[in-house]
Amino acid sequence: MSPPKGKTVSLFVTCIVDMMYPQTGMSVVTILERLGVNVVFPMAQTCCGQPAFNSGNRREAARVAKQFLRAFDGAEVIVTPSGSCAAMVRHEFPSLFAGDTLWGPRAERAASITWEFSEYLVDGLGITDLGGRLNAPRKVGLHDSCHGLRVLKLGGQARALIGEVENAELSEVPDCDNCCGFGGLFAVKMADVSGAMLQDKVKSITGSEADVVVTGDASCMTQINGGLARSGSAVRCVHLADLLAESLEGQEAPK
Amino acid sequence: MKIESNNFVDLASIAVRNTDQQTAVRRGTRNAYNNRQAAFTQFGYEHGQKLRMQAAAAKRRALKSLPDLLEEAEARMKENGITVLWAEDAAEARRHVQEIAARHQVKRIVKSKSMLSEEIALNGALEGAGLDVVETDLGEYIVQIGGEHPSHIVAPIIHKSKESIRDLMVEKLGMPFTDNSGEMVAFARQRLRPIYLDADMGISGGNFIIAETGTVTLVTNEGNGRLCTSAPRVHVALVGIEKMVETVEDYALLTQVLPRAGTGQHMAVYTSMINGPRRTDEPDGPEAVYVVLVDNGRSKVYATKYAEVLSCVRCGSCQNACPVYRSTGGGAYGWVYGGPIGAVLTPLYVGLENAEPLPYASSLCGACKQVCPVDIDLPRMLLDLRHDMTVRGHGSKLYGFGLWAWSITQRTAWSYRLTAWAARVGQKIMGRWHPGPIGAWAKYRDLPTFAPKTFRQLWAERGK
Repeated sequence: MSPPKGKTVSLFVTCIVDMMYPQTGMSVVTILERLGVNVVFPMAQTCCGQPAFNSGNRREAARVAKQFLRAFDGAEVIVTPSGSCAAMVRHEFPSLFAGDTLWGPRAERAASITWEFSEYLVDGLGITDLGGRLNAPRKVGLHDSCHGLRVLKLGGQARALIGEVENAELSEVPDCDNCCGFGGLFAVKMADVSGAMLQDKVKSITGSEADVVVTGDASCMTQINGGLARSGSAVRCVHLADLLAESLEGQEAPK
Repeated sequence: MKIESNNFVDLASIAVRNTDQQTAVRRGTRNAYNNRQAAFTQFGYEHGQKLRMQAAAAKRRALKSLPDLLEEAEARMKENGITVLWAEDAAEARRHVQEIAARHQVKRIVKSKSMLSEEIALNGALEGAGLDVVETDLGEYIVQIGGEHPSHIVAPIIHKSKESIRDLMVEKLGMPFTDNSGEMVAFARQRLRPIYLDADMGISGGNFIIAETGTVTLVTNEGNGRLCTSAPRVHVALVGIEKMVETVEDYALLTQVLPRAGTGQHMAVYTSMINGPRRTDEPDGPEAVYVVLVDNGRSKVYATKYAEVLSCVRCGSCQNACPVYRSTGGGAYGWVYGGPIGAVLTPLYVGLENAEPLPYASSLCGACKQVCPVDIDLPRMLLDLRHDMTVRGHGSKLYGFGLWAWSITQRTAWSYRLTAWAARVGQKIMGRWHPGPIGAWAKYRDLPTFAPKTFRQLWAERGK
């Protein structure tokens, strides 16, 4: 992937962030703009098509993916606060349109300029220290979202970013690389199994010392927070961008 | 074994409520997973990865020239004095074993653990023919006396607690009551020893066949494999046609990877390399050795894009790593193979229509690929199988329709906005009433609420 420094970022907020966690999208904007990055939001974007793709309905996935490609046609760099959506664009779009002379090259291009948020900051811009500071000391646990971890090989980036935040202490959550059980329609189709997997995740979080759990996927957040709330725990799962944006509140922007 | 894979959702729902089983499976799989992790990273992460990639290359190479290797292996085994038989399907494989038993006037058979023999439902057929069959792998022995099926490739009774195993042994074998697992094992060993000596025939599986030497290799931890293949006068090895490896070197590599992946051991306790029946100058060993090379659907898979799955070395590490398997155990998968490997193999072997839920029995977390010692891309295969399902019209019509309708709404920005608005309004109207699939979800989690304003609204307002 070509270095994205100095290029305008087209933000892909993903459908879940758009509807459920718009604040996370705003956090990403805050951080990027603070770093002097020019951010645009293509209004025509909808979803990446992952729900249909993962269900085996590739015709439907392609239909949605085309809208993505139309929306981001002129983009220089695409950044998204979701490991699984980034993985969808990067790893599945090219095969989804393989052999398609019209859409194939556009899919290849989108795949080559799409970054997950923490990956863009650390690997793309080479930044780990945002100069952030939390108001009070907090133990920050992590949930490694599956697609980010195993498809995009992420994990170190988020840890590096949190490691630089003053008052944030990285805290070990056992089995942080174990799936939370969301898996899109899996959570609905196999609700009982998904529920059992979530119980495991909730137990390892509540059994740890973490005050807050950070992740890079809004879908995991939806699942984990649903489980934590149901179990009566006060711990919450937040997006990495939200924790970082919070650490920057009231901080002077770097000159 | 009856195929009940279409009942996965119901069987899994029962399994996740079985707390004893849950505890046993979670503990067993987690221990094995952690041990595997330690074994593969002992000399550093890179070393473990290299080992995996080399093993994968050896198996892929063997797979590529499988037809040639099978011929070479057959020729070498014959030279070694082994009788080689071919079985196209389960029925032919069973018939071969029955005929061998009849030819050698066999009455009692001891068996070393073999998943292939489960696959071809051998025990029932042999017992039906009036033969006395005893499983000698401790786990498999418990499965046999309990009238169950193994629930894990490597650890057949991973789903059982020590207490339930004890109770079964007390009830079925008259074992004196004990809480000491060492005493339980010793009791079983005492029961089994005379049976080996009394047996006329031993049946084993085969982990690999080395084509260049015609050697059948066996990996066990209890020594029962060695006894089954050397004490009785006849030895029959049931081996899937995909188990070929080219050279002794390849075998030396794979035999390091298999125990590391399965149990976290650097070497299995017993490794047998069987080169044929007893020679005239040898004091022990069987008089006759047969190898039955079983296809039973394998060549059908070989001809598809799923051929890579035939590289599987049956270590069970994908089962140990899989959060679905950890929650349900192997029984829920409804046939011989559970976990991610079963979710791929079962539909391929028994037909998509007989295992419709299995490709969906995964959150696609990818842990199975990460731990696979021969790097089989199981998540990719699950995705491809789901695609095959929809193309062939299997799977849920309701979800198919739902996704079609959804994809229409995501096709333009305005219909997306309309859907987002409708969802928000819908949630307000429904309140706490959650029909159908949403209700199933809400059973375990508090539902997320739609934000009062979408990001695009916030962004638009910000621009003003």
